[in-house]
Amino acid sequence: MILQRRKLLTAGAGLVGTALLGGCDRFAGTDTGQRTLKVGEDANLYVQRLLMSPATLAREFPAAMISPWFKPNGTIDPPDRAFRALAANRFADFKLVVDGLVQTPLSLSLADLRALPARSQITRHDCVEGWSCIGQWSGVPLSELLKRAKLKPQARYAVFHCADTLEYAGGGLEGGDGASLWRPGHPGAVRDAYVQLAAADDWGGAPTKSDAPKDDWGQGAPDATEPADAPAKDGRTPIRYYESIDLYDAANPQTILAYDLNGKPLPVSNGAPLRLRVERQLGYKQAKYVMRVELVESLKGLGQGSGGYWEDRGYEWYAGI
Amino acid sequence: MAASPALEAPETVDRQGRRWFYRHPLVIRLAHWINAAVLLVLLMSGLQIFNAHPALYWGAVSTFDNPALAITSEQGPGGANRGVVTVGAHSFDTTGILGLSRDSGAEVERAFPSWATLPSDQDLATGRRWHFLFAWLLVINGAVYLAYGLFSGQLRRRLIPDGDQIRDFGGSVKEHLRLRFPEGTEAKRYNVIQKLTYLVLVLGLLPAMVLAGLAMSPGMDAAWPWLTDLFGGRQSARSVHFIAAGLIVLFVVVHVLLVIVSGLVNNMRGMITGWFSLGRDRETAR
Repeated sequence: MILQRRKLLTAGAGLVGTALLGGCDRFAGTDTGQRTLKVGEDANLYVQRLLMSPATLAREFPAAMISPWFKPNGTIDPPDRAFRALAANRFADFKLVVDGLVQTPLSLSLADLRALPARSQITRHDCVEGWSCIGQWSGVPLSELLKRAKLKPQARYAVFHCADTLEYAGGGLEGGDGASLWRPGHPGAVRDAYVQLAAADDWGGAPTKSDAPKDDWGQGAPDATEPADAPAKDGRTPIRYYESIDLYDAANPQTILAYDLNGKPLPVSNGAPLRLRVERQLGYKQAKYVMRVELVESLKGLGQGSGGYWEDRGYEWYAGI
Repeated sequence: MAASPALEAPETVDRQGRRWFYRHPLVIRLAHWINAAVLLVLLMSGLQIFNAHPALYWGAVSTFDNPALAITSEQGPGGANRGVVTVGAHSFDTTGILGLSRDSGAEVERAFPSWATLPSDQDLATGRRWHFLFAWLLVINGAVYLAYGLFSGQLRRRLIPDGDQIRDFGGSVKEHLRLRFPEGTEAKRYNVIQKLTYLVLVLGLLPAMVLAGLAMSPGMDAAWPWLTDLFGGRQSARSVHFIAAGLIVLFVVVHVLLVIVSGLVNNMRGMITGWFSLGRDRETAR
């Protein structure tokens, strides 16, 4: 009798458990579920900002602790023709644009940026996947640029528009027949997919001599006739990486646009010519291949409205944890 | 026997002569069940997060060539894929569960299998959202439990071993190993091993879990660098978080087994309604 009751209870608990967890996945798929799950992010942002000030610095490390290899992740070799043209010319034609809600829009070459006040910092890069690397970043503090561009009072966010296409609207990464709905599931998947697809030459970029991703500049046959925002030749709209931070993080002294990694010009795999460093947050906030900084009042009109490529795909906008 | 407040807790005798006492107050019952559900979600979403980079390291950074632990899949000597867990210099074939498992019939390369993760598919973003929301629930529930436990005196009464229990520690261990559990009045208090285990869990393991989780946060590392130092660096904190999760799972397995063998129905009734039966022993005749 007791034994049967036990069996019944165990079976019941198993059933309830299975239903509960299947229900979890279904719940997460609904709008209410998404809103509920976002409460944790709001609480994290609120509490972490209570514990720090705009000027609080991330930990800096001694030079001896610099990682021998700084793991490149996400896009490691942008397929975009405009970017390849810039890279082929060692970014001599590169101009960083600062515009949007500013009084004086800027257009600055790498030489212009290197002439501005610089900051160097040895910090730990924490990927959302869980790994960490330490590197030395040198670049121009974002605050120096914003000071020169003079913010309009409505400006609330700095948006970083990047050169790298991750997918095409309505299509996959590999393109062509338009049948693929492949989407990267997490930042590491982008790197893996690029490595796998590097053999196919129809992924937006000009074919390279070698399929293997390279860490130096200037690979690929340049096709400099297209402007940066041009749609691909077959009319597909590229979805490029973008990120955003608020002025709280923009004002931090460690928030820089880095042009050097470990004392050398930033390699393409790590985001050349310019990479955002916002040290109190995770790796996907550290946008690579930054072409343009746009000051906006709201993030609603950009991408799918969540403030970044990965944010549009479910990741938190506040990546302090 | 030294006076223990727990042993003097009021009891009633029903018409069949069974002795009952009110073992678990409402706040503790609620906290217990909320904790159980929250820990399950945290464990499964945590394994989802771990799957995004299934390797552990010690220190500040990842030494990719030399992880302390890694769960991978590789081609075996026969050409078939197999799941492998590597701990230091030792490798174990874990095909079917870790590294390589089946999901709806298809062979998939993932560290923890789909039945163990939330969401069941590989989805780091949603796993993180579950994890952080339920981490807050764990902290709030834990704070309510501890505040209630401290101010009501329940924590001291229930979990601090009484003098006589400490003196008879060896005897208690022997009884426990033989799966013989206290009866009658003595069953009104937890035995000494139980008390110490629960103490380690609620004051040690669970707070360490929360702190190690926070120590991985780049925002917390900026605000409270001492916390990350406490664990010896961010990657160490991640490893401690993982090991502590394993210890909590071990606790739950042993806890559930002991709940079953020491009287499933009475224990469950106690934690659901609060009322625990001391049986119909000779003491009732007094």
